[in-house]
Amino acid sequence: MNDRNFLASIGGAFLEFLGATGRIVLFAVTAILYGLRPPYYPRLLLRQMVDIGFYSLPVVGLTALFTGMVLALQSYTGFSRFAAESAIPNIVILSVTRELGPVIAGLMVAGRIGAAIAAEIGTMRVTDQIDALTTLSVNPFRYLVAPRLVAGFTMLPLLVLVADIIGVFGGFLVSAYKLDLNGASYIQRSVDFLQTQDVVAGLAKAAVFGFIVALMGCYNGYHSKGGAQGVGAATTYAVVSSSILILVFDYILTEAFFSR
Amino acid sequence: MSDPHSAPTAGTPAGTPTGTSVKIAVRGLRKSFGRKVVLDGLDLDIDAGESLVIIGGSGTGKSVLLKCILGLIPADAGSIKIDGVEIVGSSASEREPMMRKFGMLFQGGALFDSLPVWENVAFGLIMGRNVKRSEGRRIALEKLAAVGLGEDVAKLYPGELSGGMQKRVALARAIATTPEIIFFDEPTTGLDPITADVINELIVKCVRDLGATAVSITHDMASTRKIADRVAMIYQGRIIWSGPKASIDNSGNPYVDQFIHGRADGPIKMDVRAR
Repeated sequence: MNDRNFLASIGGAFLEFLGATGRIVLFAVTAILYGLRPPYYPRLLLRQMVDIGFYSLPVVGLTALFTGMVLALQSYTGFSRFAAESAIPNIVILSVTRELGPVIAGLMVAGRIGAAIAAEIGTMRVTDQIDALTTLSVNPFRYLVAPRLVAGFTMLPLLVLVADIIGVFGGFLVSAYKLDLNGASYIQRSVDFLQTQDVVAGLAKAAVFGFIVALMGCYNGYHSKGGAQGVGAATTYAVVSSSILILVFDYILTEAFFSR
Repeated sequence: MSDPHSAPTAGTPAGTPTGTSVKIAVRGLRKSFGRKVVLDGLDLDIDAGESLVIIGGSGTGKSVLLKCILGLIPADAGSIKIDGVEIVGSSASEREPMMRKFGMLFQGGALFDSLPVWENVAFGLIMGRNVKRSEGRRIALEKLAAVGLGEDVAKLYPGELSGGMQKRVALARAIATTPEIIFFDEPTTGLDPITADVINELIVKCVRDLGATAVSITHDMASTRKIADRVAMIYQGRIIWSGPKASIDNSGNPYVDQFIHGRADGPIKMDVRAR
């Protein structure tokens, strides 16, 4: 009897997972279809872009800087044992552009923007503001969801581009001024080693991550219920689920881009 | 306890139209949330130009009925016709022209807190109907004046207003698009008796000026007596009585009697759970 209950709970959780996946995909498709058709709301899109792109710069820039610095320091402690310090620029620039830039920016934006989107849309839901939009002939998917998805999708790559530069610069700072490597040859090696594909793949990842963050924020906010507590739960779900999805999709996309 | 649906009615039988042209016709409407049946085969006709007030206790399905008519939640079964056009089972894009006939005053106001008052009022015009911002602002100021608010209020944000002021702004927003049908969800809940009366009078005035059909749900009897032409009582997901406002005190229906006199004892037993 207990065994059956145990299996039933596993099966139930799995079904719930599949159901949620389906609902999220449907939500995204609905938003995209509505977003493609007019009327468009350029003002709202611009505001979301500034919010996601511009106001996230300090957070993303700082984390990228320290990530690059720590990367150089860590690789030095390992590589100096084999007199391989000259590989540090390669390690830093590859790790930052391919992996750490997009992932770190994605996670920071998930905390900053995903939470804010979920809280704002969630509050609008529990105070009937979303229903009010509908009664005023404004489609909430078009007005609330689509601009955020577009802003997430387009702005995160730009953020990551900046993060890449700052991250590599962080590695350079530590290498040149703390580890006493030759600055000129550090830059030379970085530039020689880097391929366009590394950066492009990282930016493509960033676009997907940006979409995920905005989608999970909107989805959880849109479906929140039960007042302040519900909005709090929606915010938590939005951040946790988008962070997990970023890491999952990071693996999937790396597999797609780099395994031949 | 007798079956409420077979309870004797002194007014017109439930849902029977009193006039000629029917604006909203609801037939056999059903809606359940999980195992909880909220609307149980509800029939209701609302005439063009009349002001119908639907009364009933908390959790009897008043709000759900309104949201079904507005298309905010899908009905499980039954039929809702607005001007003869079926909306149950229609797609969102088919419903869109229907939504333009509607105005809605939400219980909590549901004002957009990120926009100043005038943009709230003009929202349906500027965003929903592509009216120019300057023109939208002009109409908004006009509608704000109609609910007794001056230009100084237009620049404030909803969070800076008192409850009564927010209700006025919400009313101005509901009438800004000159709707044919206006819904009022508990328009006086949470207001002091004097402010509530002001809102009631504004509702009567605005509805009369627009010549609109008005559907209100409330459990405030003072409000009902002020704004209704006809009253319908909802209980256990059906309309159990409806009749002109004047007949409400001698409806002969024990459920209506208990409700309008606010007695704890009677045939109505309150549900513990909201839904």
